[in-house]
Amino acid sequence: MRAGVVRFPGSCDDVDAVLAAGMVGEATLLWHADPDLHGVDAVIVPGGFSYGDYLRVGAIARFAPVMESVIAFARDGGLVLGICNGFQVLCEAGLLPGALLPNDHLRFRCAQAELEVVNADTPFTRTCEPGQRLSIPVKHTTGRYYAPADELERMEADGQVVLRYAPGANPNGSLRDIAGVGSAEGNVFGLMPHPEHAVDALTGGSADGLRIFASMAEAVDGRVAA
Amino acid sequence: MRARVLIRPKAGILDPQGIAVERALPALGFTGVSNVHVGRLVELDVEDPSELDAMCRRLLSNPLIEDYEILEARSG
Repeated sequence: MRAGVVRFPGSCDDVDAVLAAGMVGEATLLWHADPDLHGVDAVIVPGGFSYGDYLRVGAIARFAPVMESVIAFARDGGLVLGICNGFQVLCEAGLLPGALLPNDHLRFRCAQAELEVVNADTPFTRTCEPGQRLSIPVKHTTGRYYAPADELERMEADGQVVLRYAPGANPNGSLRDIAGVGSAEGNVFGLMPHPEHAVDALTGGSADGLRIFASMAEAVDGRVAA
Repeated sequence: MRARVLIRPKAGILDPQGIAVERALPALGFTGVSNVHVGRLVELDVEDPSELDAMCRRLLSNPLIEDYEILEARSG
């Protein structure tokens, strides 16, 4: 897998995302003002504070030149992963349902989060087991997942709720403890936790985040990755 | 035209900022305050006011989570 990691003004987890994706393949940076995706197999929209989070998280980044290409890439079935601010951007872009709102406690939350894999039949979780626990850090102020009730019902029925915070471990007030959601077609995935920060037990609390990148590599390359 | 766009959280969606303000006011002696909501104000000069609605829907607000209201500001 050759992954492209988008760098917006204000991105800050782009380098970690390149390192993480580089552990299961190749990874390169994509500049926000350049609409050319340079032939990558998958796109990662990383965490940070794109365009200073001005107006509303992800609202301005969603219209960056590179995003028009990312949207077309996703519509053609390409794999797109959004992490934290990247998740917010993909929701604003309409590639994922719902929106991220300020944490219910209004505080920045930086902690190791216990997650549960709800749907292991996606290109992003295929190396996991259903119900498997993952320990991956969260760090955000605007991570409360929201979608209208009827939309949530539809998403649950269609397997679009991919990751949940473990019972009692919801760090932000997300509806139904939702930590990560997929698109209806399954090729776009966004999550608030940071798998790119959990690829080495020495620094990430676990290496569970690698499951996400290994799953993507397996989906792209058709083989079991690291 | 000088326009003002008021953007507020949609009714029914938890508004923790509004709740925090509502809880802080009684501590200052202001009682009898309820239904507090915190939103945003965008002020802008526009040549074609008919475009304001599209601006609100595409960028200034997220219609899934926010309502907007377009007001004409007095010049000067």
